[in-house]
Amino acid sequence: MTQVSDPPARTRAQIKERTLRTDPWWNRGRVVATLLTIWVAYATVRVFTGHWYFAPGYNYLTPFYSPCVSGECVPGASTLGHWIPAIPPIIPYAFISLPFVLGFRLTCYYYRGAYYRAFWRSPAACAVREPHATYSGETKLPLIAFNLHRFFFYMAVIISVLNTWDLVNAFWPTTAVTPDGTHLTHGFGFGIGSLIILANVVLLWAYTLSCHSCRHITGGRLKHFSKHPVRYWIWNQISKLNKHHMALAWTTLTSLMVTDLYIMLVAANAFPDLRIFN
Amino acid sequence: MGYLAKLRVWRGDAGSGSLQDYKVEVNEGEVVLDVLHRLQATQASDLAIRWNCKAGKCGSCSMEINGMPRLGCMTRMSTFTEVETLTITPMRTFPVIRDLVTDVSFNYAKAREIPSFTPDPSVKPGEFRMRQEDVNRSQEFRKCIECYLCQNTCHVIRDHEENKESFAGPRFLMRIAELEMHPADEADRRDIAQEDFGLGYCNITKCCTEVCPEHIKITDNALIPMKERIAGRKYDPLVWLGSKISMRPKSKGTPAVPGKR
Ligand code: SF4
Ligand code: SF4
Ligand code: FES
Ligand code: FES
Repeated sequence: MTQVSDPPARTRAQIKERTLRTDPWWNRGRVVATLLTIWVAYATVRVFTGHWYFAPGYNYLTPFYSPCVSGECVPGASTLGHWIPAIPPIIPYAFISLPFVLGFRLTCYYYRGAYYRAFWRSPAACAVREPHATYSGETKLPLIAFNLHRFFFYMAVIISVLNTWDLVNAFWPTTAVTPDGTHLTHGFGFGIGSLIILANVVLLWAYTLSCHSCRHITGGRLKHFSKHPVRYWIWNQISKLNKHHMALAWTTLTSLMVTDLYIMLVAANAFPDLRIFN
Repeated sequence: MGYLAKLRVWRGDAGSGSLQDYKVEVNEGEVVLDVLHRLQATQASDLAIRWNCKAGKCGSCSMEINGMPRLGCMTRMSTFTEVETLTITPMRTFPVIRDLVTDVSFNYAKAREIPSFTPDPSVKPGEFRMRQEDVNRSQEFRKCIECYLCQNTCHVIRDHEENKESFAGPRFLMRIAELEMHPADEADRRDIAQEDFGLGYCNITKCCTEVCPEHIKITDNALIPMKERIAGRKYDPLVWLGSKISMRPKSKGTPAVPGKR
């Protein structure tokens, strides 16, 4: 009888190269890491600066200080009142909103994918071996907590309303002051700064509404679209926006920075706001 | 017209093997699979390749070309320069049978574990009506040709063999999403998607989407919506509050099909 031997044990092809890709696969990760680092550094410095956040007269409040609820906030900036006594900016003036803004971005599906790739390098690029011996993804603490994105989305909607309130104020500047400087009159008016704030607020709303959680809550969770025509329509609109979620994630980082920079320069009297009306 | 392309092809079996150099003629309009067939016909008659339709529809010819997971029949030689060396290897995530042919049975085992379509038993065949908008989402997922390039690329199992036990891979998490979005399906696969099929391992880095030859938006349209459905069950503060107030007993999800591995 012929002796039949066992088939050879099957294993993966042993290829030692981490990747055989020949394109510059590392580029995207480097660009993302650099831009995110610059942004975080800028925002951190600004949030703890404690001045040049409000341009009185024009009523421009930077989004990094909104809502300004610390007792330190200059008059006019704190339209929602002072919630805590005056403290130096060891605690950011907008301490009430910043954790949620940060949490919203940190748990965003787009940013998660982006920084897992750029910073944690799992994976640095597709089909490039990651440098970690084990991997458990978002199955354990702390990363499993990113499932709370939904909650941050609810908070982000509230914060977008606050941003819209700041926008209204930016179109309602001081139009007259009594000679003794005690009584201010406000009226409609706007300048380049108001338009920058307007663009920023529109983009922030677009980013917030294009969120995957929003897409799910408004309609994605349904099984039977034809039974819910209105929600199906809303889902379609949100889905259209959602396709641009990555682009909006980056444009809003830019618009936030531009808005803050402009208000900072105007508030620091580097140049006056260019007025268009009043 | 034609030129001699430099190829480095992985040859071997049972995991051990090496890259071997060849020079093969290339003519205008050809794809990588054509060139591999010419290599087989003229220089390496024992080269093993899996292929079938030559039209990007059967999902057989999955391989890695210059390190990128692709279909051999859909990768044009004109996307490479005439002077560069093309490195062609089998899919890395699955065991090699021989040369470019891998054993993809992992995928079939995962497929069998998913509870199949479960309609309401009281609805008679032919009674249920669906409209186009009810099936649009599933139809995108149904474009899948089962090439398993996404499974091969996903770092969760590509870089960590030990995760194969607990992670079903993008293709099958998408299958779960498809059934969960089916208007006539009554099962609830949210718990098992997380616990038995390992959706939590996915870190939404989108490589499955990047390599899918059918351009299915696997991450955006299947995996994230599935993560959201699970968040709605487990992590939504409003849903949690509602369940505390109404005191509704929490329903149990459908279990995975046992004993299929
Ligand atoms: S998005 Fe998720 S399933 Fe797709 S490749 Fe990345 S980790 Fe894997
Ligand atoms: S989802 Fe795309 S990549 Fe994955 S098996 Fe199907 S066709 Fe292939
Ligand atoms: S904000 Fe990016 S997914 Fe929700
Ligand atoms: S041979 Fe059928 S997909 Fe390539």
